[in-house]
Amino acid sequence: MSASRIRSHRRNLLRLLGAGAATHMLPFGIGRAGAADKLVVGVIYVGPRDDFGYNQAQAQAVAVIKKLPGVKVIEEEKVPETVAVQKTMEAMINQDKATLIFATSFGYFDPHVLKMAEKYPSVRFAHCGGLWTEGTHPKNVGSFFGYIDECQYLNGIAAASASKGKKLGFIAAKPIPQVLRNINAFLLGARSVDPKATVRVIFTGDWSLPVKEAEAANSLIDQGVDVLTCHVDSPKVIVETAERRGAFSCGYHASQAKLAPKGYLTGAEWDWQTPYTQIIKATIEGKPMVNFLRGGLKDGFVKPSPFGPAVSAEARKKSDAVKAAMMKGDFPIFKGPLVDNSGKTVVAAGKVLGQQDPLLEGMNYLLDGVIGQI
Amino acid sequence: MNAVRSLAAPFLPFSAAVLAAALLFALFLAAQGFPALEALELVVEGAYGSSFAWQNTLSRAAPLMLTALCVALPARAGLVIIGGEGALAVGALAAAVVPAACAGWPALPVHLLMAAAGFIAGGAWIALSAWLRHARGINETISSLLLAYIGIALFNFLVEGVLRDPASLNKPSTTPLAESFLIGAMPGMEVHWGLFWGVLICLVMGFVVRQTVFGFAVGVVGGNPRAAMMAGLPVGGLILAACFLGGGAAGLAGMLEVAAVHGSANAALLAGYGYAGILVSFAARHNPLGIIACAILVGGIGASGSLLQRRIDLPDAATLVLQGGLFVALLAFETLNRKGVRRV
Repeated sequence: MSASRIRSHRRNLLRLLGAGAATHMLPFGIGRAGAADKLVVGVIYVGPRDDFGYNQAQAQAVAVIKKLPGVKVIEEEKVPETVAVQKTMEAMINQDKATLIFATSFGYFDPHVLKMAEKYPSVRFAHCGGLWTEGTHPKNVGSFFGYIDECQYLNGIAAASASKGKKLGFIAAKPIPQVLRNINAFLLGARSVDPKATVRVIFTGDWSLPVKEAEAANSLIDQGVDVLTCHVDSPKVIVETAERRGAFSCGYHASQAKLAPKGYLTGAEWDWQTPYTQIIKATIEGKPMVNFLRGGLKDGFVKPSPFGPAVSAEARKKSDAVKAAMMKGDFPIFKGPLVDNSGKTVVAAGKVLGQQDPLLEGMNYLLDGVIGQI
Repeated sequence: MNAVRSLAAPFLPFSAAVLAAALLFALFLAAQGFPALEALELVVEGAYGSSFAWQNTLSRAAPLMLTALCVALPARAGLVIIGGEGALAVGALAAAVVPAACAGWPALPVHLLMAAAGFIAGGAWIALSAWLRHARGINETISSLLLAYIGIALFNFLVEGVLRDPASLNKPSTTPLAESFLIGAMPGMEVHWGLFWGVLICLVMGFVVRQTVFGFAVGVVGGNPRAAMMAGLPVGGLILAACFLGGGAAGLAGMLEVAAVHGSANAALLAGYGYAGILVSFAARHNPLGIIACAILVGGIGASGSLLQRRIDLPDAATLVLQGGLFVALLAFETLNRKGVRRV
């Protein structure tokens, strides 16, 4: 670079430092990204895009929408659920002219997305987590989510089939309804193979605590558990630890098969390209914002990872049969009688809680067979 | 001429460090095939290039001013406190329980009560480390860090337990504040009032440490505690007071996160402001006025990191490289400068 080049850049820097820069005079002005004929879509992740977990599952869908004609995607990762995410949304709107924003972390919704949606009524906000309520939340906001407990049930089938001692392990972040539902579905899947199977659960306390997750994985394996699964943001260390210790693992969020070529059985994966594409299509066609979008296996919102080499032919057959029933939409996971692990009946005999039953949204128990406490 | 030179002197190492860090960052990017000059322009544009960018930067800087004081004030008394995140957590928690008892009150007394609760809780938390150091000889750096873990655990335990709003299913939070109790933006801008309090308290503390007997006494304790004791200064009390004020500032940051950003106490507000404050305070050489500038610098790096990701697909880690380079350069140039002064 020549000296004059540097000087001219320094001048630009100095000019920028003066408040209210004259952007039209700059080679890289603010208006640049606002390609007038393209829909600018902003995507915000709470963690790194290559985390082998929650954020990677979102990034995989984003890779698909990047190829859609007329769509320009801008991304930002590791944005905390603080004022920073509000500023990122505003910056995407003001500096990049984004008119549709995917806020992919659960904690972004209240108050951050709601506040921005009120301030920018002409921008659409899609939030991952299923919280939008008619009448309470603005019309330019939508939320999408999937019934991933269906895949956790399939995980349970594969896990109990592979386990020798029928002692399974589940490492979970927080005892909130979504997580409890996954643990219980995993247990019920396992018990459909062996009614004596048990699931030991350890709560780490937060979404991303790799050291604690590794400790929990080792401790479970030391207790005789031979299949591990989890609900944390990145299952990476858990799956790797299981592989190193010769245990099996079932994945979560995205596929971790690459990390455990021997012991990875299957996994519960999100298939976010389905809702992403629907929301973008509605936006391009000028239809109203899709406010509430949820689905399970049959709707293409979730999918199981392909079976690993350790899954027996018998287990594959059983799992595929259940999957076929789920694809038809007649396989409710939570059927009474169900008793929690303190002996209390939580679903009465004869009662069936279907996929969309609101009671499941407030789950606050661990079923009999789960060893652990909320 | 000499007057000009002495006025400009403190800014010279600062500017030199900023330039050196920019150069290092540009080389780092160029080595990896990223457009280095465009990146530097984006850093400035994203942080300070427009009124929107300034507000973005200041919003990010506001909490750091207060958490940096949690390091700077104890440092004046010779203590290295790194547990500000714990003070922020207990401060937020204390502030979040106040409004429940004040339904129907006007906003001002509620805010004052919340601020007092946050300040006292955060102050007491850090004062505990000071007391352990003074009375039991326990290293305050370690104890404050461990107390931060305890504070965060206590925060999570209560927010997910007795203080949890039953309606907060998948994001455990305390009962949300009534609309009227929320702290809004400052007039004419979109930055909340936390910025005002951050700047004001930094200014007041800057005055206190430089212009008051108390501040002088704390400085003496920090310089040589034995000599301070021989001179008859109440060393224990001064250490406790400095730590209480510092912890109080971090507790107040927690209160502002509750009242101005989140509307309730929940795990999202523990985003590392307490730890980022350590960096800010050290870079400012524990000078409360310098903290204002350094916090704006760190806030600006956050804001521009955001733009760098969106415009040239830099990973988030690149922001950390810039920030790390900048602070190493700041400390290095400051040291060089002080050597120079001594030689003269």
